[in-house]
Amino acid sequence: MYTYSDFDEAFVRERCKQFRAQVARRIDGSLTEDEFKPLRLMNGVYLQLHAYMLRIAIPYGTLRSDQMRQLGMIADKFDKGYGHFTTRQNIQFNWPTLKDIPDILDALADVQMHAIQTSGNTIRNTTVDHFAGAATDEIADPRPTAELIRQWSTDHPEFQFMPRKFKIAVGASTHDRAALKVHDLAVELVDKDGQQGYRILVGGGLGRTPMIGQVITDFIPKADLLPYLEAVVSTWNIIGRRDNKYKARIKITVFENGIEKMRELVNEEFAKTRAKFSGYDQEVLADLERQFAPPAFKNADPSSLETAVAVDPLLARWVARNTNPHKVENHLSVVISLKEHGKTPGDATGDQMRLMADLADQYGYGELRISHEQNVILPHVAKADIPALFTELAKAGLATANAGLTSDIIACPGMDYCALATARSIPVAEQIALRVKELDLEDEIGLMKIKISGCINACGHHHVGHIGILGLDRAGVENYQITLGGDATETAAIGERTGPGFAYDEVVPAVERLLKTYLEKRNSAEETFLDAYRRLGADPFKEALYGDAKKNAA
Amino acid sequence: MARKFTPKVLTANDLMEGDVIYLAADGSWVRDHAQAEFLEDETIAEMRMLVAQGQPEIAVGPYLADAKMGENGPEPIHFREAFRTRGPSNYFHGKQAETASQ
Ligand code: HEM
Ligand code: SF4
Repeated sequence: MYTYSDFDEAFVRERCKQFRAQVARRIDGSLTEDEFKPLRLMNGVYLQLHAYMLRIAIPYGTLRSDQMRQLGMIADKFDKGYGHFTTRQNIQFNWPTLKDIPDILDALADVQMHAIQTSGNTIRNTTVDHFAGAATDEIADPRPTAELIRQWSTDHPEFQFMPRKFKIAVGASTHDRAALKVHDLAVELVDKDGQQGYRILVGGGLGRTPMIGQVITDFIPKADLLPYLEAVVSTWNIIGRRDNKYKARIKITVFENGIEKMRELVNEEFAKTRAKFSGYDQEVLADLERQFAPPAFKNADPSSLETAVAVDPLLARWVARNTNPHKVENHLSVVISLKEHGKTPGDATGDQMRLMADLADQYGYGELRISHEQNVILPHVAKADIPALFTELAKAGLATANAGLTSDIIACPGMDYCALATARSIPVAEQIALRVKELDLEDEIGLMKIKISGCINACGHHHVGHIGILGLDRAGVENYQITLGGDATETAAIGERTGPGFAYDEVVPAVERLLKTYLEKRNSAEETFLDAYRRLGADPFKEALYGDAKKNAA
Repeated sequence: MARKFTPKVLTANDLMEGDVIYLAADGSWVRDHAQAEFLEDETIAEMRMLVAQGQPEIAVGPYLADAKMGENGPEPIHFREAFRTRGPSNYFHGKQAETASQ
């Protein structure tokens, strides 16, 4: 895994020192809030509904065990004992006080972490498939590419004040687990005639005007990546709209100009940027590829897992749900669900963080990941260690066997924390999860993605949920709009609105009707909700939501 | 014709803690919505806003929020302001916990 270079170390320490002085000046009154706000945002500090919030970057969602342990320490010492993992593979602390934040940033720097560019109109944390380096369907580990992008984009002088924020995701697998098509820019590692290179998509995004990204180039050689990215971001930085915040994202630039025109402009720019890159970046990349070399996998006899699964149905169910095949023999990737029924999706306590860190050391080669679905992953676990790992997780309430099921809900913080929210998300997620548990239908339903946002910004990815829920304020009352048929994978689609919204206490019954309708209408247990929706169209589901009479009223 | 003024309270976030505060009639900042000054007059409300804006070392982002008079003092009207008086609904550790321990 990547460890900071001397340059990284000095850079982050310098920023911590600077910010400590800025906080001191805000507290003694020499900086006004207007002067201070952009400075705090540059360091990931928001002011939310009830408190400050600190957003910390977890580059490509990868954490070493000592880093996870430090996050646990921060949760306990400086917060209320927990942290919230987000859809952009970050962690947010919801209750720090202003005077403590410099100490938190120092504590992060001690384990090579920071909060730089987790806010502002910059290139944000680059996200990656959470099974990177482990998945059977990947061409190569996408993280060296992501780390190269991180080094290029962090504090890039040209890209500190862009029209809006810019989000990049990197993937390398046939199955897209990184929501590539709904990012401003997606980098997809591909193989063309035996040569590795990248396919680049631009113009995806959620929020007010959700869009699916389009291919701007089918193939560029590896050596062209940074000059090409620089050309794309520069082009948008120049022609992107600054007159209207809601039209400033690259998706609008691509939409208004068309992908052909965009490609032409980028290619013109690329001709200039290409010459600026001497090739040193490829030396860096080669070095990163060495640093991301897989751990020394052990060669343990996996038969104990089969034996344990045969006698323990709870273990069997958890293995079936929460593990993913691994490219190395006798290993699996494990999903630690942060979606215990009735709990806040994505939250982990300090104790749980420490336990996960310890278990990563004991069974997972010291490595953890944060998934964009707000779960924690142990990417490499020997099959022989799975029963012991399961026992430890179960003791801490971390062995909920629901990865990919109905209760594995993505929910943004919503109006329980977020100053921009128009309604709550968390309690809706909690209640849906409790209800499906009560009904005991989850296993029967199978793969189901429910995603909830507390406002149109779509931090909870509701547009790409099989069932998407958007909280709105309708005349001073919480109201929830339902979309169906969204998909965040390689077959990405934006969900369609079904009709009028539902009151707070009507949402869970409405979702229940959708689930039951699916179970009635599917042609086999293999047909997922999304497949059934695609085959049947919206009508039967609208009928379930609104009754026959109202289904056409929408 | 002047439109009718909806009564307000003046609210902000505390600079150091970030939590929700209200301006009381004596000019102090309080945590409890019910102890906020009930502003029925638009001109006075605007003046209070100037007072709040003059205290950046205490209050961040002051604004006027709709309120109504209840039994124990001003009460919020909109659900957002109601949430701000207590804290998040997923944990019992926002203002609701402080109130309970009093
Ligand atoms: C709590 C403080 C937060 C604030 C103030 C905030 C702000 C915003 C805003 C303004 C947008 C709209 C962007 C646009 O349409 O141009 C947005 C979108 C988004 N945010 Fe957040 N957000 C917050 C929390 C989160 C969290 C917790 C997550 C992850 C769980 C997240 C991830 C995202 C994502 C994935 C989008 C999707 C839209 C896109 O970029 O295409 N944000 N956020
Ligand atoms: S979707 Fe809206 S409510 Fe939810 S975190 Fe994003 S900005 Fe806040």
